[in-house]
Amino acid sequence: MDMPQPNPDVLARKANVLARLRQVLPEDAIIADPAETRAYECDALTAYKCAPMIAVLPSSTQEVSDILRICHDEGVPVVPRGAGTSLAGGALPTADCVILGVARMNEVLEVDYDNRFIRVQTGRTNLSVTGAVEEQDFFYAPDPSSQLACAIAGNIAMNSGGAHCLKYGVTTNNLLGVTMVLMDGRVVEIGGAHLDSGGLDLLGVICGSEGQLGVVTEATLRILRKPEGARPVLMGFDDNAVAGECVSDIIKSGILPVAIEFMDRLCIEACENFAHAGYPNCEALLIVEVEGSDAEIDSQLAKIVEIAKRHNPVELRESQSAEESARIWLGRKSAFGAMGQINDYMCLDGTIPVSALPDVLRRIGELSDKYGLPVGNVFHAGDGNMHPLILFDANKPGDLEKCEAFGAEILKLCVDAGGCLTGEHGVGIEKRDLMHHQYAPQDLEAQMAVKDVFDPKWLLNPAKVFPLDASAPRRVVPMAAE
Amino acid sequence: MRPESESELAEIVAGLNEPVRVVGGGTRGVTGPDRMLSTEGLRGITLYEPGALTLVAQAGTPLAEIEAALDAEGQQLAFEPMDHRALLGSSGAPTIGGVVAANVSGPRRIQAGACRDFLLGVRFVDGQGQIVKNGGRVMKNVTGYDLVKLMAGSWGTLGVLTEVSLKVLPKPEASATLAIPAKDAATAVRILSEALKSPFEVTGAAYDPQQQRALIRIEGFAESVSYRTGRLQELLGQFGAVDPVEPSDALWQTIRDAVDFADTPGDVWRISVKPGDAPEIAARAEADRTLFDWGGGLIWALVPAGTDLRGRIGAFSGHATLVRAGADTLARLGRFQPEPQGIAALTQGIRQKFDPRGMFNAGLMG
Repeated sequence: MDMPQPNPDVLARKANVLARLRQVLPEDAIIADPAETRAYECDALTAYKCAPMIAVLPSSTQEVSDILRICHDEGVPVVPRGAGTSLAGGALPTADCVILGVARMNEVLEVDYDNRFIRVQTGRTNLSVTGAVEEQDFFYAPDPSSQLACAIAGNIAMNSGGAHCLKYGVTTNNLLGVTMVLMDGRVVEIGGAHLDSGGLDLLGVICGSEGQLGVVTEATLRILRKPEGARPVLMGFDDNAVAGECVSDIIKSGILPVAIEFMDRLCIEACENFAHAGYPNCEALLIVEVEGSDAEIDSQLAKIVEIAKRHNPVELRESQSAEESARIWLGRKSAFGAMGQINDYMCLDGTIPVSALPDVLRRIGELSDKYGLPVGNVFHAGDGNMHPLILFDANKPGDLEKCEAFGAEILKLCVDAGGCLTGEHGVGIEKRDLMHHQYAPQDLEAQMAVKDVFDPKWLLNPAKVFPLDASAPRRVVPMAAE
Repeated sequence: MRPESESELAEIVAGLNEPVRVVGGGTRGVTGPDRMLSTEGLRGITLYEPGALTLVAQAGTPLAEIEAALDAEGQQLAFEPMDHRALLGSSGAPTIGGVVAANVSGPRRIQAGACRDFLLGVRFVDGQGQIVKNGGRVMKNVTGYDLVKLMAGSWGTLGVLTEVSLKVLPKPEASATLAIPAKDAATAVRILSEALKSPFEVTGAAYDPQQQRALIRIEGFAESVSYRTGRLQELLGQFGAVDPVEPSDALWQTIRDAVDFADTPGDVWRISVKPGDAPEIAARAEADRTLFDWGGGLIWALVPAGTDLRGRIGAFSGHATLVRAGADTLARLGRFQPEPQGIAALTQGIRQKFDPRGMFNAGLMG
């Protein structure tokens, strides 16, 4: 994995940059000691590490604006950071950068049930947004697996999803407005408690821009009333293709489950050994969850069971109680932990058209044999978002590189099947150089043109998202004297 | 000009030496240069997978053709795109490209989302004649920047759409509507808000001041609709008699299309606000007639021709779009709400990048 060489000119001016930052920030908001900046050397993609030049922890939009204005003046790259849970290296620093962490900005600013929104500072964690509205039985819908730790800032940057997207959408579908600081320190308000944009949909392009267009400090989020209840049904099949057909038939029937999760044999066995959820011994397992009143759930599950029966399931277990539901979900929710017990793993995030599922799984199996690395598949089947988990040994020389090559082939396979490189984790550094496989030069050029408008000097998180060769002409950091 | 293929369109655009008006079916009242660039020659559904809830179509495909294909599989465009023909007195066949370019969404927008929320991918020709693609045909996709959202609602000012990919949803088996008397907008918004705060998945929430009634729509499987209708009747009983209205579908179509404003004298505006602000904003508008949708978040307002409605309302959080007016009023007031300086600089910068020669619908969006 290549990263640009640190700019010696920027490194040489560290003391000067620090002195200017000290004029606008309290001392405890600045971390410059190399022993302490190491705390920010990586995010959840731990294979890559690099301590930043300086880390700053602002407490207000004004402080963020001051920091960015100074870094803009000085030509210092800035890498924004939410909670550092990115699986794609979105918050990976470079040695010449300032890491801007929003973790101290975690206040709830406004809760409005009548108008169904909450306004928060973006350092607040995803789960604590729901926590702030639970007393009135409301919730914030996007639920990435890291929701206990991940920050709204990162959710917006990566347009995070979760298991319940089929019904509730991803971050962009639940984001109403932002306060954002541009790289030159200007503060803009986009959207608000009303719906849709009166002009170009800037909010839509900011969401998912991986911290490259600005630093979002406040967000207005849509909140929803919790359904009366939810219950899953578990089904096991002897064939991946049959499980795929069953998913398609459920969707065609007119039922819109909140979640349809898929696991293959390797994952089922790993989860079963780890969590003892009572999963059947089979090739493919589906967990389908529906919502509503008890009677509504019963009738939807009955329809789903009837469809499943047409596909000769080896197991069919309809949850009748909260305890049974928890047991059915237990294995799925511990999938990543279970795989981690077996070995180191790399989690991929490609999306494919649901109809391509059997073919893509078969070819992943062939690639697994070719590389000699086992792979388990967890899959948001309703929306085609795959999470193949490749097992490897980080201590074995060459295994990581082999695993990365295998992962790249899987992601290309997803693109070739009509899908994409990343469904919810983002490009970061991890999939940056694969972007050429999905996009033609003019497609990338159109995206980079948007960054040119928001951040003409390409100082915000500059070495991410776009292949380094494509962004190189734009990443020439101007001299401070400019 | 009416190209028959994306490559022909790209060639035409590359060779343009004067601005054009980009049109699909020409039903949505876009004004501009007399020289037109039509997408109607780009026609046909390229892919439809009901089991994956995905449809891909050429931009010039008539909406009616898409709706018929979806209907045959019991599916629909859940964002309920408005038909502008009655309101504007326009003719022609709305195209899917026009729906996307205008990001038109109907009553179900409050629950299901807007057109932009269902748009999975686009292909378009930019102002230099380059063919660009973004997004794809899968529901979860964060690969690179989301230009898909940027293109939705850009009214052809950034590029000419050639193909769009959409998420579709099952058509509900049943639909029911409840009417509750409401003497004024404030009462109505309270009623609608109460319904929208409930767990009973309301898919329409409107207020018709002429008939002084708040309207609530419930959709889904028949038994579920009947259950939720009953629960909402209990919940809303505190506001007065809660009565079913028949037929439900036809009623919401007239709300979607603002049909009550057709053939009325004057200008028609569409105001997007925080629902709770709606009564005050509507009062400030001093409109001859109003209609509230989206739980109050969308106000349709009829005012005398040439009225500066934005001037009447003053500063507010939201935006007012001039939907129907004479050419001189449109030129004087602008169709879209003027943006604060910081935002305007960004949108102009983006427009400059995508259409540097200003060939597409120049001046339409400021």
